[in-house]
Amino acid sequence: MNWTLALPETLLAVAGLVLLLVGVVPKRDMTFPVTMGTLGALLVGAVLVVATPDGMAFGNQFISDSFARFAKVLILLGAASGLMLALDWNERQGIARFEFPVLVLFSTIGMLVMVSASDLITLYVGLELLSLSLYVIAAFDRDNSRSAEAGLKYFVLGALASGLYLYGASLTYGFSGSTNFAAIGSAVSTTEGVSLGLVVGVTFVVAALAFKISAVPFHMWTPDVYEGAPTPVTAFFASAPKVAAVSLLVRVLADPFADLAEQWQGVIWLASMGSMLLGSFAAIRQQNIKRLMAYSSIGHIGYALMGLAVATDTGLRGVMLYMAIYLVMNAGVFAVLVSMRRQGKTLERVEDLAGLGRTDPGMAAAMTVFMFSMAGIPPLAGFFSKLYVFLAAVQEGFWVLATVGVLTSVVGAYYYLRIIKVMYFDSPAGALDPRPAAVSMVLAGAGLFNVLFFLFPAPVVAAAAAAVAALAG
Amino acid sequence: MLTIGLGHYLTVGAILFVLGIFGIFLNRKNIIVILMSVELILLSVNINLVAFSATLGDLTGQIFAMFILTVAAAEAAIGLAIVVIYFRNRGSIEVEDVSTLKG
Repeated sequence: MNWTLALPETLLAVAGLVLLLVGVVPKRDMTFPVTMGTLGALLVGAVLVVATPDGMAFGNQFISDSFARFAKVLILLGAASGLMLALDWNERQGIARFEFPVLVLFSTIGMLVMVSASDLITLYVGLELLSLSLYVIAAFDRDNSRSAEAGLKYFVLGALASGLYLYGASLTYGFSGSTNFAAIGSAVSTTEGVSLGLVVGVTFVVAALAFKISAVPFHMWTPDVYEGAPTPVTAFFASAPKVAAVSLLVRVLADPFADLAEQWQGVIWLASMGSMLLGSFAAIRQQNIKRLMAYSSIGHIGYALMGLAVATDTGLRGVMLYMAIYLVMNAGVFAVLVSMRRQGKTLERVEDLAGLGRTDPGMAAAMTVFMFSMAGIPPLAGFFSKLYVFLAAVQEGFWVLATVGVLTSVVGAYYYLRIIKVMYFDSPAGALDPRPAAVSMVLAGAGLFNVLFFLFPAPVVAAAAAAVAALAG
Repeated sequence: MLTIGLGHYLTVGAILFVLGIFGIFLNRKNIIVILMSVELILLSVNINLVAFSATLGDLTGQIFAMFILTVAAAEAAIGLAIVVIYFRNRGSIEVEDVSTLKG
């Protein structure tokens, strides 16, 4: 039994239980020590992930390969930045409780298990550990009716998505005879023709995962939940769980269901097209910046799915690269949103950024970098993420998808540039409260990554290529 | 004499599943009904899994069903907790009132 392959997950689970005790036993408030402990555990977890060798464990239910490691490092990075953004925000908002970092930690374990799953049951357990923790932190500001409503909506639609996944998994199990990815893969490739039961099964599984990544037509919960949940929670939702669910979707479709590619490529094609169109057009009239970021994230998922619809190695590499760069851009934008606070009151409207160019030139410059990057303007990182998926689409002759992608990024540029216009050309609405050091760190790190990516793209691209190679081989 | 086979179990499962989905989307009354519909969906899956497991002569399906039962309990607990904090804030759990966030 090769259980050491799951050492990062095991360590984080033990750390989570210990931190719960640390939070409960002393009489005083332990939020800060528990948050620091969680960040430390995430760091140690990342080191262990990088050091984990390839292999299968727990009766082939758990796989460790370079694809899982690539996704896990991104997930741990996203979780750590989410915690750093939440640290001061929760305190100023009066919702600083030690359960928050522990719930983030448990959801992170869920994500790590998800991307390492090589069995439908492991996948389900990971997915539920993630979802159950996220339902609670969406409603974490429990005396705020908007947060409670966000939690409720997320719970109902998330539970529905779990149900869809399970129904698809049960059909897949019944018609392939196994829940193991390798066995499903060989059942799919040896079946004469196309088994209808398996096609229905994979469709349900794809629909459920489309819920989790908020791809059209399963996106309707996203704007409401993003708007209602506390801002650092929204930052977390938009980063690590998206990466985990996209990686999972890539693994499930490219590994056991690779031989059904003709069937699922059409579904992903439609989801990609719909997400790009909705993400760009629905964001135009949004005044609430969190809601705007929700539509923006739907659009970005559309671009990432374009690589999956292509389904070649280049395309899948584009997907993983897109998610890596999106994670960093997103952390940067939300670092700005978390700092939007005047006289202790949180601000969420686009006009509240008015005159930021004069009142806080540093943050305005960083926000400008993130907005240009999200719009895909060279030489920022966001340009390269789009470049790689468009390249793959054009190479394989997906002209319609690539054309729509370019056109929708032009539309998307409108609302990203509008934010820059508000920051630099509108009259100041007063200075924002000074931002905490942890937020400045995230801001600076994400900003530097976006600006300097074009000088050193090779390590990230090579890591993504190695990840995808592990999947195909 | 009618023998009950896999097809019958799958039909029952499918009917329950569809009832659950419709219970979530067509229900205009109460959030508790939505929680019940979610349970219905999960249990319809269990029927499927156990039927497949018996037909295939393979225990994995029944193990999967046990996992689902456990997780469903946790899910119901969290769902009810969220409904409670929602009720404290609003004083109502009518589905039509859950509409502050929109646009």
